[in-house]
Amino acid sequence: MRYSWKWSAVLTDPYFDWIISGLELTLLLSLISWAIALVLGCLIGIARTAETKWIRSLAAAYVECFRNVPLLVIFFLWYFVAPEILPRNAGLWVKRDLPFPEFWTSVVALSTYTAAMVAEQVRAGIEAIPRGQANAALASGLTRWQVYRYILLPVGLRIAVPALGNEFINIFKNSSLALSIGLLELTSRTRQISEYTYQPLEMFITASAVYFVIAMLTTAIMMAIERRSRLPGMITRATR
Amino acid sequence: MSGFDLGVIIRSLPLLLEGMGVSLLLTVLAIAGGLSLGAVLAVLRLSRLRAVRTFAATYVVLFRSLPLLLLIFWFYFLIPLFLGHPIAGFDAALIAFVLFEAAFFCEIIRSGIQSVRQGQIMAGLATGLPYGAVMRAIVLPQAFRNMVPVLLLQCINLFKSTSLVYVVGVRDFLTAAEIVGTRDHQLTELYVFAALVYFTLCFGGARLVKRLERRYAL
Amino acid sequence: MIAIEHVSKWFGEFQVLKDCSTSVAKGEVVVVCGPSGSGKSTLIKCVNGLERIDRGEITVDGVSVASPKTSLPKLRARIGMVFQNFELYPHMTAAENIMLAPLKVLRRSKETARTRALELLERVGLSDFADRYPANLSGGQQQRVAIARALAMDPIAMLFDEPTSALDPEMINEVLDVMTSLAQDGMTMMVVTHEMGFASKVAHRVVFMDQGAIQEDSPRDVFFDRPTSDRAQLFLSKILRH
Repeated sequence: MRYSWKWSAVLTDPYFDWIISGLELTLLLSLISWAIALVLGCLIGIARTAETKWIRSLAAAYVECFRNVPLLVIFFLWYFVAPEILPRNAGLWVKRDLPFPEFWTSVVALSTYTAAMVAEQVRAGIEAIPRGQANAALASGLTRWQVYRYILLPVGLRIAVPALGNEFINIFKNSSLALSIGLLELTSRTRQISEYTYQPLEMFITASAVYFVIAMLTTAIMMAIERRSRLPGMITRATR
Repeated sequence: MSGFDLGVIIRSLPLLLEGMGVSLLLTVLAIAGGLSLGAVLAVLRLSRLRAVRTFAATYVVLFRSLPLLLLIFWFYFLIPLFLGHPIAGFDAALIAFVLFEAAFFCEIIRSGIQSVRQGQIMAGLATGLPYGAVMRAIVLPQAFRNMVPVLLLQCINLFKSTSLVYVVGVRDFLTAAEIVGTRDHQLTELYVFAALVYFTLCFGGARLVKRLERRYAL
Repeated sequence: MIAIEHVSKWFGEFQVLKDCSTSVAKGEVVVVCGPSGSGKSTLIKCVNGLERIDRGEITVDGVSVASPKTSLPKLRARIGMVFQNFELYPHMTAAENIMLAPLKVLRRSKETARTRALELLERVGLSDFADRYPANLSGGQQQRVAIARALAMDPIAMLFDEPTSALDPEMINEVLDVMTSLAQDGMTMMVVTHEMGFASKVAHRVVFMDQGAIQEDSPRDVFFDRPTSDRAQLFLSKILRH
C-alpha cells in the first residue's frame, strides 16, 4: 500500500472548522435528544406499569412500534412522511418554515426512538422492585402518585442507571444517522472531507478518536452517577 | 394526503423482493462471521493470560464506542487503498458488520458463561469430574440456554441495522423501496410500506424468541 | 372497629375467600391462623383495600372499604400495616422510612416528624439506628423499624401479615416482644401468624382459616382447650407437637 500521510490536512482551512462544526452538531443533537428522550421515556415507562389497562397497552404499543423499525426508517418517516400525513397547515409549516429542518427532524427522530429504549429500562427498573414495597407505601396512606414519586421512581431509576448509561452512549453513535437526511454532523463531515482531500485515513482516525473519547467520557460520567446513586447494600456490577 | 396507492407496491414487488434478498443475505453472512469472531473473542476474554484478556477487552470497548455508520465508511474508503481498486459497498458493509457485531456477540457469550453460578462448577468438581468435563457437561449447556434468547434478539437488531448499507449504495430492501418511491413519486407509500415490513418481521421475530425462551427456560 | 361480613374473593376461577365473616373490636387482639394457602394473608390485605373483594362488605371504624366513595389513601393512613418481608424502603434511612408518610400524608413539619420517629425508634429499642439504611440492619431490626413506621401515623388499628415468618429464629422474639407490649397498651390488632405462643399469651380471639373459609372463630381459651372443628384440632396437634 502506498499512502502518503498528511496529518496537516486535518488542521487546514476549512477542514478543521468543518470537523469542529460537525462535532458541535453531533453533541448538540445528542444532548437535546437525550434530555427529551429521558423525560418522555420515563413517562412511557411509568405508563407501562400503570393500573389501567388501556394506558399500559398504549405505552406498550409505542415501545413496540419504535423498537421494531430500523432507526434509519424512523428518520425517513419523520423527514419525508410526517409532513405529508400532518394536517395541511402544519405540514406546510414543516416543509416551508421550520428553521434548520434537518437538525430538528433529527432531534424528533432520535428522541422518539431513544424514548422507547429508555421506557423499557425504566419499566424493568420499576418491575424489579418487589410488589410488597408499593403495598407498604399504599398501606401507609400515600396516594398512587406519591408511591411512584417517593418509592418506585427513586428505587427503579437507580436500578436502571447502568442500562440507561448504555442508551446514553448509544445516542451519540445513533446521531450519525442524521447524515441520511442531510445533517452535516461529525460522520458526514468526515466522509465529505475524505472525498475532498483524498486523505481518508487521517479523517477517519480523527473521527474515530473523537467518538471513542465521547464514549469514554460518557462511560466515566455514568459510572460516577452509578456510584453516587447506588443503594446501600445493592450489589455492584463487577465488570462492564 | 392523497389516497394510499397500493398498486405501486404490487407492481414493484420483484424489485422489493430482490432488495429483501440482499438484506437477508447480508444478515445471515454477518451473523455467521460475527458469531464466529465473537465466540473467539469471548474465549480470549476469559483467558488466564492477562495480555490476551486485555486485547479482547480493548477490541470490545473500541468497536462498541464507534458508530456502525462510521465503520462502514472506514472500510468503504480504506480497503481500496490496499487493493488499488474500489470495493463493492456490500463487501465493505459486510466486513464492518462482522467486526462490529463480533464485539456485541462476544459480550453476550461471555456474560452467558459467567451467569452460571460458581457453585455449579464446584459441585461438578466435587463429584470428581475434571475441569474440561465440568465446562462441557455442566457450565456450557446452562450458559447456552441463558444466552440464546439474547443472541437471537441481537440478530434481529442486526437485521434492522442492515438498512444502513443504504449509505454506500447497496440495493437492500430500504434502498429498493426508496428507488421505487422516487421513480413513481410515491415515497410516502413506499416508506410506510417498508416500515410495516420491518415491523412485522422484527416484532414477529421478537415474539418467537420470547416463546422459545419460555419453553426452554431452566 | 373492623367488621368483615360475608366476604368472597376469586383469583380467576379459584375462590381464595369463601363467605368470610369476623370482626375485631376496639382494643381487641385477634390472631388469624391456618395452614399456608388458606387465604389468611389475602383476607388481611382486604381490610385496608390492598386486595379488592368481590362480594360482601368490610368496614373499618364505620367506613366501607370497598365503596367507590371511600378515599383509600385516607383510610389506609389510619390503619397501620406490617408485612412479612418488612418492605422498608431501601433508599431511605430508618428515620426517613418512618417520616415519609407523616410528612407527605399528614403534612407534618420535618422537626415534628423526626422527633416522633426518634421516640418510636426508642420505643422499639432502636434509638441508635435512626440513620442506618435497611441493608445495614438485621431482619429483626428491620421489622421493628417497620412497626415504628406503622405507628408513626397514630393508627386506630394495626394489621400484621405474618410479621415473623421471614425472620431467623433468634430474631423472632424481639419482634414478638414489641407486638406484645403494643397489645398491652390497648392497641387494636389483627395478626396473621403461626406463632401459637404469641396467640395463647396475647390474643383475645383466634380465627382459624382453611381453604379460604373461616372454620373457627373462638375466644382464645376455647380455641386452645377445645377447638370445635376437626381441621383446627388437626392443625393444633401438628403445630403444638414440637
